Amino acid sequence: MSVALRTLLYKELLRFWKVSFQTVAAPVLTALLYLLVFAHVLDRQVEVYGGVSYTAFLVPGLVMMSLLQNAFSNSSSSLIQSKVTGNIVFVLLPPISYREFFTAYVVAAVIRGLVVGAGVWLVTLWFVDLPYAQPAWILFFALTGGALLATLGIIAGIWADKFDQLAAFQNFVVMPLTFLSGVFYSIHSLPDFWQAVSHLNPFFYMIDGFRYGFFGQSDVSPWISALVAGGSFAVLAGITLSMLSRGYKLRN
Amino acid sequence: MPSCPALIIDGVCKRFGALRALDEVSFEVEQGEFFGLLGPNGAGKTTLISCMAGLARQDSGHIRVMEHDTVSDYRAARRKLGVVPQELVFDPFFTVRETLRIQSGYFGLGRNDDWMDEILARLDLTAKADVNMRALSGGMKRRVLVAQALVHRPPVIVLDEPTAGVDVELRKGLWVFIRELNRQGHTIVLTTHYLEEAESLCSRIAMLKQGRVVALERTADLLARRVQQTLRLRLGNGASLPAEFLAIARATPDGRIELLLDSADTVADCVARLHAHGVRFDDIELDKPDLEDVFMATMQDVPA
Ligand SMILES: Nc1ncnc2c1ncn2[C@@H]1O[C@H](COP(=O)(O)OP(=O)(O)OP(=O)(O)O)[C@@H](O)[C@H]1O
Ligand SMILES: [Mg+2]
Repeated sequence: MSVALRTLLYKELLRFWKVSFQTVAAPVLTALLYLLVFAHVLDRQVEVYGGVSYTAFLVPGLVMMSLLQNAFSNSSSSLIQSKVTGNIVFVLLPPISYREFFTAYVVAAVIRGLVVGAGVWLVTLWFVDLPYAQPAWILFFALTGGALLATLGIIAGIWADKFDQLAAFQNFVVMPLTFLSGVFYSIHSLPDFWQAVSHLNPFFYMIDGFRYGFFGQSDVSPWISALVAGGSFAVLAGITLSMLSRGYKLRN
Repeated sequence: MPSCPALIIDGVCKRFGALRALDEVSFEVEQGEFFGLLGPNGAGKTTLISCMAGLARQDSGHIRVMEHDTVSDYRAARRKLGVVPQELVFDPFFTVRETLRIQSGYFGLGRNDDWMDEILARLDLTAKADVNMRALSGGMKRRVLVAQALVHRPPVIVLDEPTAGVDVELRKGLWVFIRELNRQGHTIVLTTHYLEEAESLCSRIAMLKQGRVVALERTADLLARRVQQTLRLRLGNGASLPAEFLAIARATPDGRIELLLDSADTVADCVARLHAHGVRFDDIELDKPDLEDVFMATMQDVPA
């Protein structure tokens, strides 16, 4: 790893770690509130898979949702802040290649996602005993999902010129896709039409595959989910690298 | 080995929509020069610097920094260049020292603390090294920008209005430091609206107006040739001005006479001719043009 890449990664990590109350503690608390409210209301009424309580079903979804949202948030807010304040020049002036640039922002965002996801997982250990049927899938989907959202965050951060455009991207793209991905329910409980729509949502596969790692059961095969998540990442990474190499919106 | 030019700017054009921000700009800067890039607001100075630094891409033309093309060989070109941006930007998450360490790392430098300490000392920032950027005054933030540009010891240093908002004492200190770097062989390109500063520092000057180079000369030549010299006389009692001088003469309110001469070369000749006519004067002074006169004259000469 080159010194430039290591430094950019270090800077991105330091950036969120210096305000970890807001970037780590706050999203963990939010996830905990979801858990308390939904689990309290639904635990006794809903059984999703055979032998899996609703609370247990919900926890991996919440962990993954927090991971995804925070990975997105890290790369996108770092870029938009640098652009709006103008200090983006500090990373544009040095001889950092666009691949190093991409790698640093993605890895830092994945780490933020993992830290928040792990935080949610740790606090929810209090409430449920989870099985860990296939830990390799847990890890795979955590990393791929984080990388996918980190990449989407770079695209959004580069595209947006103002904070409210980024907020719009977050509210109208990222939030609906995460909420309608089966975090709070199994899509098998949906009417056919909405099941079909859910299958078009890449977030659904990431949540479903991640959950498979815990319970060994899921709505679709983890291999299909892996293909969709990995394929989506590859497509977005290609788009992002091309944007960066052309200097789209960064070097006008 | 003959040394290559520090900077080659060759036919650079840059448009923003219908606006031609840079229109066929070409010039070279030799290694070791202290070069001034002057022009009114909106002339295109910052745009040109952005193209040099790869912050913007020219529509046509080429720029080379120490022989490295800023597009095809951008990494090598950027390594050779240190830029102090015009805008007062900073990263509010970090202290001064963190800012410098990070910037140094971006250029691939690991241990660089000795040089950073020296820069901090020279820019009078040592006491602020561990202070957060947010807590610095505007002038101090500007000095940190200078420090950031120097952290990788670039052979070519570009300063886009580095002294805006910096107090007199520090401005002097900054120039002593930059001059020293220049003496050590660093090439300096300076943009400033303080023309006395440019006059005393820069050995050569380019003036831009509306994206075009309208003057490109050694500072001394610009001062000598570009503007009329004013010879101010108080004639001895009873003397009157010979007829041949009337066309270039005008009277001042305090009863003196000003002769407008085309260049410094004609001053001696003019005085000799006056003597030949037997004219004596009580007082004589030559009003040397300064860069501001040249600047104003150049900007007026060139059609918009
Ligand atoms: N990103 C941009 N989009 C549109 N127009 C721009 C952009 N950047 C600069 N311009 C225009 O290009 C022209 C040159 O601007 P530039 O900033 O290079 O001037 P300057 O010589 O640095 O002026 P100043 O002395 O005020 O700093 C101006 O008319 C400016 O409005
Ligand atoms: Mg400018």
